[in-house]
Amino acid sequence: MTVLRPFTLHRPETAEEACALLAGLGEDAAAYAGGTELLLLMKLGLLRPRHLVDVKRIGGFGDISDGAQLTIGAAVTHRAVEQSALVRSRCSLVGSVARHVANVRVRNVGTVGGNLAFADPHSDLATLFLTLDSAVELVSSRGRRELPLAEFVRGPWETARASDELLASVRLTPWPSETAAAYVKFGVHERPTLAVAAALRVAGAHDGGGGRGDRIVDARIAVGCVGPRPTRAAAAEARLTDVSITDVEEAARAASDVAAASVDPADDLYGSADYKREMVAVFVRRALRIAAARARGAEPSERFPHAVVA
Amino acid sequence: MKIRVIVNGRARELEIDAHALLLDVLRDGLDLKGAKRSCDMQVCGACTVLVDGLAVSACTYLALEADGRSVLTVEGLADGESLHPLQRAFIDAGAVQCGFCTSGMLLTARAMLAENAKPTRADVLHYLRGSLCRCTGYRKIVDAVLAAAENAR
Repeated sequence: MTVLRPFTLHRPETAEEACALLAGLGEDAAAYAGGTELLLLMKLGLLRPRHLVDVKRIGGFGDISDGAQLTIGAAVTHRAVEQSALVRSRCSLVGSVARHVANVRVRNVGTVGGNLAFADPHSDLATLFLTLDSAVELVSSRGRRELPLAEFVRGPWETARASDELLASVRLTPWPSETAAAYVKFGVHERPTLAVAAALRVAGAHDGGGGRGDRIVDARIAVGCVGPRPTRAAAAEARLTDVSITDVEEAARAASDVAAASVDPADDLYGSADYKREMVAVFVRRALRIAAARARGAEPSERFPHAVVA
Repeated sequence: MKIRVIVNGRARELEIDAHALLLDVLRDGLDLKGAKRSCDMQVCGACTVLVDGLAVSACTYLALEADGRSVLTVEGLADGESLHPLQRAFIDAGAVQCGFCTSGMLLTARAMLAENAKPTRADVLHYLRGSLCRCTGYRKIVDAVLAAAENAR
């Protein structure tokens, strides 16, 4: 039987109160929401906080709200994202990816904020969110700041959050409507071996074609789980600009090779670095094919062993 | 600390530690041994219980979170001597082998059917992802869940 070390639980109802606790307790405190990451590490003895600051009762932390950006509160569960009509209407792929995070028990309890703040390299959200110009909102007694997600996630289990800061929300910039996207992850364990998010924006897709109407004007590719942190594959994205959406095969091949060359995998229990690099090429190509098919109004029925397509 | 929780329909007032895990409170405090500790990391589903109808991994869930809520374990599934339709369907389909995963499978299936009374095979497979059967008897488990859904109509 695993026993957690004793701790004191605090249940602030405002962000100010929570921040004061974090500032006062320093490294002795940990923010606690669903506990799906935190309690695991506490059971293993890797984290030994003497105080848990429960953020679930803080006003706004459990909300999803609309505006120029879509704001997801740190304490929103994966399940709530999956079931949110707002998320579905503003960026349906976010809801589809949430539906495939871990398993239903983790989705019922685990939160978006916890997922991002733990920065586990084998997670889904950060990879997808990188293609949505995401930023996280951090609050502390010293004030409030917003950081691009790419700057927030620094490496495996490492973020730019200071110990007195609280992750309050993540803000996503939904793609323009003429964007088609796909998220594909692959793995035989609970956590994915690799994940690819691809979004293709086509010029004037709704103008009935003609002229440059079938050209890709913005391609976004993010690769996660294989390197120390998820990254955008900028050089691969460039290979797709101005390519016809009806004929992406050649460009997708070139882009996937470039993406594979850009990642920084290591040998570990998920596989060798060479294997992961090869799989990145395979799955970037597949994600691009699926996104391109969706841009043309088709839903590919092709499925891949040990892979999830969202 | 004191929590008030309804366990299998019965109101309880329990004195627990803040760091107590729900699984230990159920198994050791209330002698409800249906939920099993197995992987201890939310991967296998053997410790699944329902909290306000939602499946959770009791191995990694603070008991204090159940305060003011309703917990259902496999012991609360049958109505006295009368088995729950899912339990009946598991027996009829031969979906129980060693039995270690069965309580988690039953409760996860119950949570799914409460949300979706007419699941497809793909729906069942999706919902049961992360519920592991070490006997690998998945086909009969899925058959049983689909049969229970069919019988309820």
